[in-house]
Amino acid sequence: MASTSAPAPITPHGRAKLIALGRATKPIREASGMARFMFWTGVGITLFFVALAIFAPLLSRYNFTQYASGGHRFPQLGHPSSAHWMGTTVQSSDVMSRVVYGAQTELEVVAIALAMSLSVGVPLGLISGYFGGILDRALVLLMDALFAFPYLLIAIVIAFVLATSSIGGGILTAAIAITAAYVPLYFRVVRNHVISVREEPYVDAARALGARPRTVIRKYVFFNVVQNVPPIATLNAADAILLLASLGFLGYGIQPSQGAEWGYDVSRAVSDAASGIWWTGLFPGLAIVLLVTGLTLLGEGLNETLNPVLRQRRFGRFEFDEREPREEALLDQ
Amino acid sequence: MSGEPVLQARDLRVYYGTPGKPVRAVDGVTLDIGESEVVGLVGESGCGKSTLGRGILGLLPEGARADGEVIYGGRNLVTLSPRELRRLRGPDLGLVFQEPMTRLNPLLRISDHFHETLKQHEANLSDDEIRRRSLETLGRMGIPPTRFNQYPHEFSGGMRQRIMIALALVLRPKLLVADEPTTSLDVIVEGQILALLADLKRNFGTALLLITHNLGIVAEACDRMAVMYAGKIVEEGPVREVFADPAHPYTRELLRSTISLETTELHSIPGAPPNLIDPPPGCRFHPRCPDAMRVCAQLVPIEQRLDGGRRVQCWLHGPERLIPADGEQPLEREAIGVADEA
Amino acid sequence: MTGTSLRTYLITRLALVVPMVLILLTLVFLLMRVAPGNPIQAALGGHVPESVVKPIEHRLGFDKPLLTQYGDYLWDILRGNFGTTITDNRPLSQIIQQNGAATLELTFFAMLIAIVVGVAIGLVAGRYRDTWLDVGGRMFGIVVYATPPFFLGLLAQLVFGVWLGWLPTSDQASPLTQALLKTHTNILFVDAIWDGNWGALWDVTQHLILPATTLGLITAGVFVRLVRVNVIRTMRDDYIEAARARGIAERRVVFSHAFKNALVPVITVVGLNLALLLGGAVLTETTFNWPGIGHELVLYLENRDYAGVQGIIVVFALVVVAVSVIVDFINAYVDPRIRY
Repeated sequence: MASTSAPAPITPHGRAKLIALGRATKPIREASGMARFMFWTGVGITLFFVALAIFAPLLSRYNFTQYASGGHRFPQLGHPSSAHWMGTTVQSSDVMSRVVYGAQTELEVVAIALAMSLSVGVPLGLISGYFGGILDRALVLLMDALFAFPYLLIAIVIAFVLATSSIGGGILTAAIAITAAYVPLYFRVVRNHVISVREEPYVDAARALGARPRTVIRKYVFFNVVQNVPPIATLNAADAILLLASLGFLGYGIQPSQGAEWGYDVSRAVSDAASGIWWTGLFPGLAIVLLVTGLTLLGEGLNETLNPVLRQRRFGRFEFDEREPREEALLDQ
Repeated sequence: MSGEPVLQARDLRVYYGTPGKPVRAVDGVTLDIGESEVVGLVGESGCGKSTLGRGILGLLPEGARADGEVIYGGRNLVTLSPRELRRLRGPDLGLVFQEPMTRLNPLLRISDHFHETLKQHEANLSDDEIRRRSLETLGRMGIPPTRFNQYPHEFSGGMRQRIMIALALVLRPKLLVADEPTTSLDVIVEGQILALLADLKRNFGTALLLITHNLGIVAEACDRMAVMYAGKIVEEGPVREVFADPAHPYTRELLRSTISLETTELHSIPGAPPNLIDPPPGCRFHPRCPDAMRVCAQLVPIEQRLDGGRRVQCWLHGPERLIPADGEQPLEREAIGVADEA
Repeated sequence: MTGTSLRTYLITRLALVVPMVLILLTLVFLLMRVAPGNPIQAALGGHVPESVVKPIEHRLGFDKPLLTQYGDYLWDILRGNFGTTITDNRPLSQIIQQNGAATLELTFFAMLIAIVVGVAIGLVAGRYRDTWLDVGGRMFGIVVYATPPFFLGLLAQLVFGVWLGWLPTSDQASPLTQALLKTHTNILFVDAIWDGNWGALWDVTQHLILPATTLGLITAGVFVRLVRVNVIRTMRDDYIEAARARGIAERRVVFSHAFKNALVPVITVVGLNLALLLGGAVLTETTFNWPGIGHELVLYLENRDYAGVQGIIVVFALVVVAVSVIVDFINAYVDPRIRY
């Protein structure tokens, strides 16, 4: 099957990769029931928002900062109507445009933050766990202290300090704040896993055969540990969206002119709610809930299919077949 | 067999559901266990002996089902409701597990375990009576009363296994199934536990089904033994006779592969036990059997009764009239090779 | 015997608190003092003449060498002096007393709701795994977790406050109650009971319902997930099978073996989630204008009051450490294995 779909001849190395890919995705393809439902629903919702982000200029009639069109100023706090499906805000901007463009901001920030926290947390965890010693102890103390701390507060403090300094608010500030909040998590997960993998017989054997630490970490430890990362990273992305929205709500996320951000929009809407205006808060809020739910479903689905403890085993139905003929029956023949 | 059977398994089958065809872990087993009798059940790992032990108590994992009869006290346990079956577990049928370290609830004291067990089945018992009975049983297992209120983690593996046995025996079951009770313990502790189990008859009047892969234990402790291969009991009889003159080639090979003082070279049975989803046709042992005949690859062997209350399932013991013409010719070598490969 | 080992454990655990507190305090110090920019200028809105800034700098000790500042900072905290805010010159001890009490009231009831709702749904979902009860329980947990407190709060305000008009949507009590209620503990709920002032208690409770439920439900989402997984894991434990082999009734196996053992790790999680709850409290308090310490934090953040922010963060850090110690103590008491 692989040979028909791949036009180029498959080198042994390439085939090995294909097989590895096949093996890695096997649990996903074989997943069933709830795990399958969660995984694919999560994929669907996430892809929907990715599409929103990519095609935002095509999908939305106005820009997220726009408050007038063709010389006409949009109504203030206008009800949802045919011109503005989700209504308008007190600044006359179109809620729907801000929701659609918001997908761009959220995904962009979270992607940057995730990449940064992975590229800091994973190597630190690998090195700390593999080499141990004083470095490990110091890092563990530091990370544990940070881990115990409310990560929203870590992010707030970082965003606060960065915002008053020369960097100012913006996508990078938000991403750095989120990164700082999540590095301890990746560090802990990776380090603890490395410690258990380090004692595995096959890693011991590689070391006994004289493999250098670099090689052992890269070839044996890394790939084993990295398997755990996708579910965690996905669940973390869900969390990061909430964190970004919370920062935005408190005024420490994206500045309104730089991008549409759902948390910021909800914070503006709190005062509207008192007078019964629901559309300014409802739609950005629902967008947060939906995207976070989608990412969580994706992560939980992955977790459930990859983690043998949670994996629901499949039992086929079967019937007992007819009994084998007994001696008496045979004698009758 | 001494006395009336306490429990009779009749053509018992236990299959595990898988995404494909079921695993036939126990496939048509018939076995009697007499009152106060010690029966050894031996076989290689994965031959279905643990499944048989649990199947008797109706303790099957998710996805598994049983079929056939397990007669106890005139009732078929296979068709009994879960509630009725549960009432029998404990006061009538006991089970001791292989791994004692994890079988006690770490958050409960030893006394809590006994209290819970006795209260469950004899609700009217006073606390004093519970304590007296528990301590008496524990005492026989060599656990001093001073440790009654301790937590599981304060005991060694051997001690925990004694506690597990006491916990099973405090209700005086008619039959105790012990599933490799000493496998995870060291040799000295193993000897002590076996001595306790061998004395069950005298002390408690309990019959014992001892599941093990250690033939030495069987020779030492059992009255009768059943040899299991790939989900079937291939031979069964009094321990002495089976040891002296094994009727089934598998039993013979199994006995030869045990190490004793007379051992001059290590012997092992070539090949691996068959996969139980698609067992070989005919006799399941034929791909590995040194004495295999043509008939063995074609027809399932019929159980034959031999002298001295023995049973065997092997075409070497007939019945002659069912063996087709030149069925007794030795099976061709390459056939063995192919089956082995698979 | 058990007593001494428990005591040894407690002493070891307490010894570990010192480095953790020190690390957190140092991090806060580094972030707040070493960061670029002049905090006093920032607090006063920038472009303030030096003559105004200097005395404040001197009062706060910002003109001393960094190491001396660090030493003073630690020494002050050790003496229980968390500083004074720049913008409104309020001692932190006062903020802790007044606003801390409001936060305590909110988080206590939120945690109560979270535990009751989260544990109950988690237990049921785990026990009836893969049935519709499980699916429903899990979806509840996931969606509730995915809802930011400020959005849930907004919805609650819209529905119960504005449309139905059942409950107040902001503040800790109505102005009248706040004016009339005598202060004993600063926790209005307790003060109302203290005086037997049932009218005030009713008023305080009404104000409490929406914020506490908002924060509680969101935290419950985490508990549902954890309790469910723990129940599933515990139901597979060997001692569960062993209990069944002794003929213990299924009800009892589930309740006294599976549920009890599954809930032990949850104690730790409840503690860890206090951190999450505090984060959520900042958001909930802001949404409902609840005069808690998180609400104050946001105000000082807006005013760029470094001293205020630093003081509140230090208080949060100490609370987190204290809770983690308390949780470990409870664990040691419940699970005999930990003491060894």
